[in-house]
Amino acid sequence: MTRNPTQFALFSRILHWLMAAMLLAMLFIGVMMVASLGDYHRLLVIHRPLGIMILILAVIRLVNRMFTTLPPFPPTMSQRERFLASASERLLYTLMFALPLVGWGMLSAGHYPIVMFGPVHLPPILPNNPTLYTVLRKTHTILAYLLFLTFLGHLSAVLFHNLIIRDKLLSRMALWPIRSRKVKIEKN
Amino acid sequence: MKRIHMNTNEPNENSGPQPAPLRPAKLILRLTVIGLVLAGIAALFLYAGGWFTPHALSPAVMINTFEKVNGEHPGFRRNHAKGVCISGYFESNGGGTVLSRAAVFLPGRVPIIGRFALAVGQPYAADAAHTVRSMALLFKQPDGQEWRTGMNNIPVFPVNSAEGFYDLLLASAPDPATGKPDPAKMGAFVAQHPEFAKAIQLIRAQPASSGFADSSYNSLDAFCFINAKGTALPVRWSMLPVQPFQPLNPTMPGKSDTNQLFDALIADIHSHALQWHLIITVGQPSDPTADATLPWPPDRQRVDVGTLTIDHVESEDTSPARDINFDPLVLPNGMAGSDDPLLSARSAAYAESFIRREGEPKSPSAVSTAETAK
Repeated sequence: MTRNPTQFALFSRILHWLMAAMLLAMLFIGVMMVASLGDYHRLLVIHRPLGIMILILAVIRLVNRMFTTLPPFPPTMSQRERFLASASERLLYTLMFALPLVGWGMLSAGHYPIVMFGPVHLPPILPNNPTLYTVLRKTHTILAYLLFLTFLGHLSAVLFHNLIIRDKLLSRMALWPIRSRKVKIEKN
Repeated sequence: MKRIHMNTNEPNENSGPQPAPLRPAKLILRLTVIGLVLAGIAALFLYAGGWFTPHALSPAVMINTFEKVNGEHPGFRRNHAKGVCISGYFESNGGGTVLSRAAVFLPGRVPIIGRFALAVGQPYAADAAHTVRSMALLFKQPDGQEWRTGMNNIPVFPVNSAEGFYDLLLASAPDPATGKPDPAKMGAFVAQHPEFAKAIQLIRAQPASSGFADSSYNSLDAFCFINAKGTALPVRWSMLPVQPFQPLNPTMPGKSDTNQLFDALIADIHSHALQWHLIITVGQPSDPTADATLPWPPDRQRVDVGTLTIDHVESEDTSPARDINFDPLVLPNGMAGSDDPLLSARSAAYAESFIRREGEPKSPSAVSTAETAK
């Protein structure tokens, strides 16, 4: 099996972009929902199952992350940058798990049924408790803003590499295959 | 095919040699582009969250206004603040299964927890004869799904939008100088909301009953029932009391007895279980579903789907119902909201009220445990 090692595995790339779209949509749905009277319900109906889908994908992604070889960091990344990239990756993974779980726990503690769609409901994962509900509800908001800030940091690093350093960092995650010059030469 | 080994490939993984450094002008331009992209996304996010429109009508603005008009009462519901909790069961006769596939309509019993309340923002206000009375219920289906509903003892709702409700809240707020609503503000409100004048006529025309036990409670908003065949029907529902109607005692309110209505309810439940028939009114396609101020024609099909029995009353101080949000859009499979804009607005405003009150210290309810034990 041949894999171009300058790129992440195809499945990893698909997961990355799928979850990027879902997480960003989720963040916008979340902030719009809590500020809206008229659209609150129709957004909430999307928010809950989308959150659980993100949680499921986060599990798949973590397992995939543990069992796939990653392309190495490009030489244009300093040691400190590599450390920051790894730390922010860990933070993003943590938030991908924490946000849906806190949401689920918060609804449980708030005595809400956890409705997915139609007859599909999830069981509560925490006991009814007003204080617990309050803490988790606030945590949910704080983590959402933290996720948004982490996303902005992630995006700024990619833009900086692609537009300023011009090391084509983004091609590591491109959905289409990128063949480096070196590979072409070897094949020729 | 050649296998490429990572360790040998690492130094060559970039496409060719490093590009030359950017010229200063280009560098600044590109940095600016990056800054603009990031700022644009951040601004869009904050805009979506309402940060640039703090005065637009949002759940937070609605609840802030309740707090402004009624004063701050931490730990209590921002509306329907004064109440007492109840429990019992709903015995379905099976007649509802043709209308909705919700398990609550299968023949048999489901447990109920709920709350009677007065539509006031002040939890210690004295009971008043003409204050709107409400019944909130949570039906717990055997499959774990829930039906929550909050009903009022008025035939129609006075306004048909969240904006109308907000305007009414402000217009009917007591003027600090007189302690009564400002007639000029009320006049301006009525002129702006013609639906209110018609609705209030219907509300005033309804004969006032003596208390909670002999009141009818109505969903007001329209909903949608979906049956096993997938047929969707517009519906409204009502709880019609088995207790015979008694006209309101004209001497009410007695000033010495601030919990008169609640005490009568407690005494009634202690002497015998109270019952209501759950009546589903099935609308026709021509009936308005998006306007809770408009009644449906009186000849619409009405189906008695079962009997609600309330046999236990408990103070909010000890009942789990205090910490339940009776969100009208918590519905089991087989029921859905309609296009009535009040439904989502209620859901959102109740959630905001719930978030705030659950995190606040609790004060004893006006209807205390001593009172419910009497």
